[in-house]
Amino acid sequence: MNVSHAWLARFVPHGRSPEAIRDLLTAHVATVEGLESLRPDLVPFVVGQVIASEKIPETKLSYNSVDDGSGTLLEVVCGAPNVTVGAKYPFARTGTTMPGGLVIEKRKIRGFTSNGMLCSARELGLGEDHDGILTLETSAAPGTPFLEVFPTGDVRIVVDVLPNRPDLLSHRGVAREVAALTGVALQMPEELAALPALTAAVVRGGQEGTAGGITVRIADRADCPQYAAAVIEGMAVGPSPAWLRAAVEAVGGRSINNLVDATNYLLHGFGQPVHAFDAARLGGATLEVRRARAGETLVTLDGASRTLAPNMLVIADGSAPTALAGVMGGQGSEVTESTTRVVLEVAEFAPALVRTTRRAVGLSTDASYRFERGIDGGALEEMLKIGAALLAQVGGGKVTGLVHLGEAPSARPVVTVRPARVAAVLGDAVPAAEIAALLTSVGCAVAASGANGALAVTPPSWRHDIHREVDGIEEVARLRGFERLPDALQGARPGTVPDHPLWVAYRRLRDALVAEGAHEVRPLPFVRGEDASHVRVRNPLAEDEPHLRRSLLESLARRAEYNLTRMQGDVRLFEVGAVFRPSSAALPHEEHRVAALVMGSRRPVHFSEPQPPAYDAWDAKALGERMAAVAHPGAVVTLRAAGEATGALWEIVADDQVVGEIRQLALDAPVWARPAFGIELMLGAMPSAPVAPPQSHAHGTATSQERRAPVRFRTLPTTPAAEFDLALLVPDAVEAAAVEAVLREAGGALLERCVLFDEFRGTGVAEGFRSLAWRLTFRHPERTLKEKEIEGRRQQLLSAVETRLDVRPRVA
Amino acid sequence: MTLSEFLASVEQLAADAPAQIAATATLDEWTAVRTALVGRQAGRITDLMTGLAALPKEAKREAGQRVNAVKATIEAALDARQAALEAAAQGASTPLDRSMPGRAHWRGAVHPVSQVIDEVVEIFRELGFTIALGPEAEGAWYNFGALNFPADHPAMDMHDTLYLGADQVLRTHTSPVQVRTLQQYPPPVRILAPGNVYRRDFFDPSHAPMFAQVEGLVVDEGVTFADLKATLSHFARRFFGAETTTRFRPSFFPFTEPSAEMDVRCGVCRGAGCGVCKQSGWIEILGAGMVHPAVLEAAGLDSETYTGWAFGMGPARTALSRHGIPDIRILYDSDVRVLDQFVS
Ligand SMILES: [Zn+2]
Repeated sequence: MNVSHAWLARFVPHGRSPEAIRDLLTAHVATVEGLESLRPDLVPFVVGQVIASEKIPETKLSYNSVDDGSGTLLEVVCGAPNVTVGAKYPFARTGTTMPGGLVIEKRKIRGFTSNGMLCSARELGLGEDHDGILTLETSAAPGTPFLEVFPTGDVRIVVDVLPNRPDLLSHRGVAREVAALTGVALQMPEELAALPALTAAVVRGGQEGTAGGITVRIADRADCPQYAAAVIEGMAVGPSPAWLRAAVEAVGGRSINNLVDATNYLLHGFGQPVHAFDAARLGGATLEVRRARAGETLVTLDGASRTLAPNMLVIADGSAPTALAGVMGGQGSEVTESTTRVVLEVAEFAPALVRTTRRAVGLSTDASYRFERGIDGGALEEMLKIGAALLAQVGGGKVTGLVHLGEAPSARPVVTVRPARVAAVLGDAVPAAEIAALLTSVGCAVAASGANGALAVTPPSWRHDIHREVDGIEEVARLRGFERLPDALQGARPGTVPDHPLWVAYRRLRDALVAEGAHEVRPLPFVRGEDASHVRVRNPLAEDEPHLRRSLLESLARRAEYNLTRMQGDVRLFEVGAVFRPSSAALPHEEHRVAALVMGSRRPVHFSEPQPPAYDAWDAKALGERMAAVAHPGAVVTLRAAGEATGALWEIVADDQVVGEIRQLALDAPVWARPAFGIELMLGAMPSAPVAPPQSHAHGTATSQERRAPVRFRTLPTTPAAEFDLALLVPDAVEAAAVEAVLREAGGALLERCVLFDEFRGTGVAEGFRSLAWRLTFRHPERTLKEKEIEGRRQQLLSAVETRLDVRPRVA
Repeated sequence: MTLSEFLASVEQLAADAPAQIAATATLDEWTAVRTALVGRQAGRITDLMTGLAALPKEAKREAGQRVNAVKATIEAALDARQAALEAAAQGASTPLDRSMPGRAHWRGAVHPVSQVIDEVVEIFRELGFTIALGPEAEGAWYNFGALNFPADHPAMDMHDTLYLGADQVLRTHTSPVQVRTLQQYPPPVRILAPGNVYRRDFFDPSHAPMFAQVEGLVVDEGVTFADLKATLSHFARRFFGAETTTRFRPSFFPFTEPSAEMDVRCGVCRGAGCGVCKQSGWIEILGAGMVHPAVLEAAGLDSETYTGWAFGMGPARTALSRHGIPDIRILYDSDVRVLDQFVS
């Protein structure tokens, strides 16, 4: 909402600077986003102080030393008679463009160099004063912007009005707040003081009425609670008077003509959108508010031809729709240069219907914006009278008929405001009298109601946002000022909500993966996907990525490819995030997962290792095991070879549940890229079923957090261990894990460790075989093992693998 | 040999030995010197000990004490030299250029937005807040209806929504977690709800279709707007620095009443107005307010008994400004050269 500082002052003579109004509104009403000078041409001018001055002989000129705050005194020639040493004047530095278009340049006058110009009021476009340069009575330092010490021209105050306060979408609305906050009384702007008196009486009716030869009709009062019109004859369309043009331009509009400008005055001045029809261009002498019929068309003022539908509200003349109600007029009945008889529409349309209509046609206007949010239905007849008189005045016409269908809304329901509740919500006791005064100041009718100082508050017709006690409490809080509320930190009871387990898992995984050297990412979850398998966004941002991902690796793979296109081949990324899949439940199935992607060198280059090895499947396997152990603490984690169909290397199993997988990723990669491996693990479903039906809760059903069994301490051994290696020739068809299982079983309770430490193929190893070597550690808890016992173990192990797996030792 | 002749040779040894010991450059040389000085066969101390026997009885005592003292000094010097030589031998088998780099591991990093969330969480943890989460694919009732959004109202225009179905949305804010939490757990509730939210905003330097939010909620008996002010001002001072000034402006959210926006004094211009704060002198940090009674009622709570306050903030904006990142898309691109700058 653009508020003109000058126009505002005509509604409430507050006597405050734009800056003061900005601070007042921001602190108590709505945020002011900025102040815009409507004399931007004066922005470059600064305060200059004359430090020394001497006459140039045989001329009227003086040669002056001017301080412009730059730190260097400037020599300036001036022709004015009133130059006084020590005085301050508006000063144009070289390079400044004067309001007339002249650019001030360094130049020589009578052999004296002049570096700028001391300015008169006339030169600044501030009047016709010929008496010389403009003396500034100010204590401001040289160099201060001229506009700060000599506020000139109007200032536009840009207010961010939120949807709950449509009453602030007008100068009168903002003025009401300024009046409430400053105590200065609201008044009618002086330009409305001399409006011609209306002689025509207002014809009232329910759904139909005639005045000034025009019949108006409302088809359904639910669509249009009130419709008023004025008929004005003898109008002359022409330029607007200066004050009207200034008002329209101050809010950012363009002056069109006296008629159109006057309708805009009502909109911006009072928040009432109105529309002027050329009576001569209406098809018949009727205006009807009705739903559009399927197939009807209308050419709106912007020249677009629009096909209408029954969910839209129109104003129809005798033959066809001639305006889109509350949104935009039609070209067919638009006022033109030759208009003499005008029908002025002043109406209240159903907000939801205007919203539907403007969305259906894709057209938001100043009018629809206000109707959607709600206008002041209580002011409709006032607006009709002011509007009719204003049009008659600026157009030199005469009001010949006034009609008003429907009624002003009845008083709003009473809201009870209890001082004790005000204190309970705000944390500060506000006396009942102060509460009453504050609410009264913004137009509420306040009366005592019952015990304990309770107040019966009736909101004014223009406030659509005061329904409950707490709405009244908000008024009290903001009008007094949030800054007046105490803010000492108080103690509080501990909450009942445990940390969400998925958050705990996220933090543990993140620490582990960062320690592994990976970078956390937070990418978008949109993917190409397919309707059959993926959840589709109904109104996607990009048609080529309309689905939600089913897997985090889908996102990580794209991010790795992005890095490859930027020549980055060493990529280690991870994410903890949500994936989605279609579900027959009310909402898609949502699950939180962790995924990591590794590609490129396993370590940074070091002089001891100029070409570090690249990540391979074994790195991925170990990382997967680590992630699974962190994600599923206490669970038994195993990795098993994944089935062919999955395309994965391993699946990750925690306590017999498949919780994830490890795979080599097929990236869109350049030839120099190293293989990329991905690990993805499920952390848990994110329940999205309703916790409880609306207006109810499910307290008491929460289960306590599962606690992990503590680690049991194991006594350290006191006896020495015996260690030996076994190199076995293992056929390719036999898995190392199978051999190890036999070794562990045959090794019995005294086998402490069994580590595969070598694999070899080649010389001395037959085709179809590999040599695998294990290092075995035996220990007896109470005594030292004898040589003979150890040798016996070795033989037992060899015979076990031979009989069970037909695996024999490798003979060197 | 007279006593004086004997003592002279002891003093000669005491004078020679330190230089001999210091001159050894290797452990082999040291062994030779040790043998020459204190060796059992032909060491000079051993010789003196032998010579001691030939002295007159009355001189033995004084001479013996002196020999023992010199012996102790020499042995100490030998031990010290041995330790030094051994240390040198270990380190300097090949010369070590200690200016060369150590063998590093890759370093990982937490995403800059997560780092901001962590700091927020850390501060509220001290005040007894715990972490609640909720689904990103959310029902329209939790996202709008329960939060007191009037159906088909301009307030909805503030949330340009991505729909998954007629009543299914990608949540437009973390506020649905308020309702879910209040339905599940009885007051007192003191939670933070970090998470991703979605808007139908096309990517541009300052907008993203998905971004992180941190929601905060307190519900109990006797909770007031003064508590909101106190807690959030405390947060601002802990987050931005002890001298941080805050202000609260009236605002509007359907689910809070009264509603406010909290600003902190611009740290760049200290309130004078600059490009960072768009000349206002203030930086908007979060939206907040007293939980609307309708929200408490939607969660089945008695809105007369309980009051509460809530806030929501966007950590991405803080991350952009604190690191001087010019374009929000950089946070999503995941270029490893960018991510690696945020190693903490
Ligand atoms: Zn600033």
